[in-house]
Amino acid sequence: MEQTYTFTSEDLQEIETIKAKFPAVMPATLPVLWVAQRRFGHVEPAVQRLVADTLGLPEAHVHGVATFYTQYYKEKKGKYVLDVCTTTSCQLCGGYEMLHYLEDKLGIKAGETTEDGMFSIQSVECLGACGYAPMMQITNDVYVNNLTEEKLDDVIESLKSGKMPEFESVGMPLLEKRNI
Amino acid sequence: MAVDWKSYKPVIIPDIPNLQELDVYLKNDGYTALKKVVTGSDWTPESVVNEVKAANIRGRGGAGFNAGLKWSFMPKPDGGPRYLACNGDESEPGTFKDRKIFEYNPHLFIEGALIAAYAMQVSTIYVYIRGEYYSWIKMMEKALKDAYDRGFIGKKIFGSDFSVDFHVTSGAGAYICGEETSMLESLEGKRGYPRVKPPFPAQKGLWGRPTTINNIETLANVPLVINKGADWFKGIGVETHPGPVLYGISGHVNRPGVYELPSGVPVFDLINEVAGGMRNGKKLKALIPGGSSTPVLRADQLEGVSMDADSLREAGSMMGTAGMIVMDEDTDMVDMLWRISHFYHHESCGQCTPCREGTGWAEKILLKIKNGNGEIRDLDLLHTVANQMEGRTICALADAAAWPIRNTINRFRDEFDARCKKSVHAVA
Ligand SMILES: Cc1cc2nc3c(=O)[nH]c(=O)nc-3n(C[C@H](O)[C@H](O)[C@H](O)COP(=O)(O)O)c2cc1C
Ligand code: SF4
Ligand code: FES
Repeated sequence: MEQTYTFTSEDLQEIETIKAKFPAVMPATLPVLWVAQRRFGHVEPAVQRLVADTLGLPEAHVHGVATFYTQYYKEKKGKYVLDVCTTTSCQLCGGYEMLHYLEDKLGIKAGETTEDGMFSIQSVECLGACGYAPMMQITNDVYVNNLTEEKLDDVIESLKSGKMPEFESVGMPLLEKRNI
Repeated sequence: MAVDWKSYKPVIIPDIPNLQELDVYLKNDGYTALKKVVTGSDWTPESVVNEVKAANIRGRGGAGFNAGLKWSFMPKPDGGPRYLACNGDESEPGTFKDRKIFEYNPHLFIEGALIAAYAMQVSTIYVYIRGEYYSWIKMMEKALKDAYDRGFIGKKIFGSDFSVDFHVTSGAGAYICGEETSMLESLEGKRGYPRVKPPFPAQKGLWGRPTTINNIETLANVPLVINKGADWFKGIGVETHPGPVLYGISGHVNRPGVYELPSGVPVFDLINEVAGGMRNGKKLKALIPGGSSTPVLRADQLEGVSMDADSLREAGSMMGTAGMIVMDEDTDMVDMLWRISHFYHHESCGQCTPCREGTGWAEKILLKIKNGNGEIRDLDLLHTVANQMEGRTICALADAAAWPIRNTINRFRDEFDARCKKSVHAVA
């Protein structure tokens, strides 16, 4: 039996706010897919159908959009999705070493999910944090910068107890304070 | 004359604590430029366009086009909707500067976009932020709400006849959506396939209506130009590419980060002084000066080069987004080029055959070379692939993918030859 999904009344209210931003309904597709993914953890086909029905758009359209953008999970993922950046700046600063360390630690390869459903690992493209390489993002949310093996150990430990790391603000290095 | 950067005081992201809070921004002349243009009798939409054009703010999204000149391409208002779409997609590898504006001075960008909207008589502004920047999207949503609540956005701003709406929208993971027409498609709720030009967005943009696209950093310069004048702006940095620049420095340096300095700072000063020199005392090998699509330069090509469009062109590269990727002597250029090619293959939207197939072939051949199975003729094949990609496609992603291939191989030919040699001997 395929699972059925429904939006809460809160979600529906948010969807109305989103629709009001645009002169048509179609532009709500991406933001409503986000609402759905944050609610259900993924946008597998049954969720895409819900989005299509809610907006009165063809399912084929919503499916086309969901499959174009990499951040939408077209199937169920782990509770925490670890997106390790391996693009140029991160590659130069050890991004692949961090990825492989995580793979060994969790016993899965990039693209896979642990058996207990806790973790997925993905090797992803530049996340716009190149100066803080190597880095990763957790489940489309918080960035973890300047990764080391120790830092990864700590993050995994805290995620196991259900605690997301906090947002790390990386300052603008102020020239005045550097005596140059 | 070298640019005097040591005495420079940042203006885009000045050293003022909590400037991201609206009250702090207001205490520091916030929204005075907007007030001036919408209520002052000495400003009209045309005069704002002209002042910004005179300042020659060259687009900070990569192409370096004069912002005021771009605004002047908007057709005369016909009573229908017109749009400004602010590009916060920031996905070019090596680039991480616009998020600093979202985090540390969002109201400067908002004010700049509002002035741009006034100048082009736009009714709705969208800021499109890459989906990965979830934390920064939240910051922008808060800043916009605060500005709405105080009446800087909405109906009859400062009691004038100027009304405008301003919304945040987000992507969901696709580098191509930074290309301006792809961004418009994405904003319209579709797959991000770039559009064929012409028609240009100024004629037919969002929902077929006149639309201008500007980068976040570009717009953040606008209130400064209005408050201090085009001449002040042109006095910062080099004349042909004036103004402050947010340099993003990453890779093998001691202090990577985003630094605001005048345009035209010598490359060696940025690496050795600003970013604290090379990590672990290693020697500099190469630099990608402005994001991954700008051609890599060898250390010996950097003598006397500074970060501005002309100097970099003479050296054989481009300013791009000023996202500098610094590489030390241990860097494997074959691995580096393979990874960049993987990126462009992954991000090609697939509409054009030369791009879809070319990026795939390039990645495959480079993987073969990287794994020690390449032959010298594969390098020629890579050149052929690059030639067939360039200038034959709907958008510039194919060019952006071709340039690194050609230039990295040409400029580090020995290294590529050495990786191929084994199989050549095996054949001989
Ligand atoms: C493949 C590709 C990706 C791009 N990505 C971005 C981007 O992430 N951010 C950006 O501002 N401009 C990007 N651009 C440039 C935009 O198309 C456009 O020129 C720019 O946003 C215009 O703003 P500006 O004139 O203020 O620089 C990209 C262009 C191409 C071809
Ligand atoms: S050049 Fe590449 S990315 Fe651009 S439209 Fe064509 S296939 Fe898509
Ligand atoms: S290369 Fe990893 S964040 Fe940009």
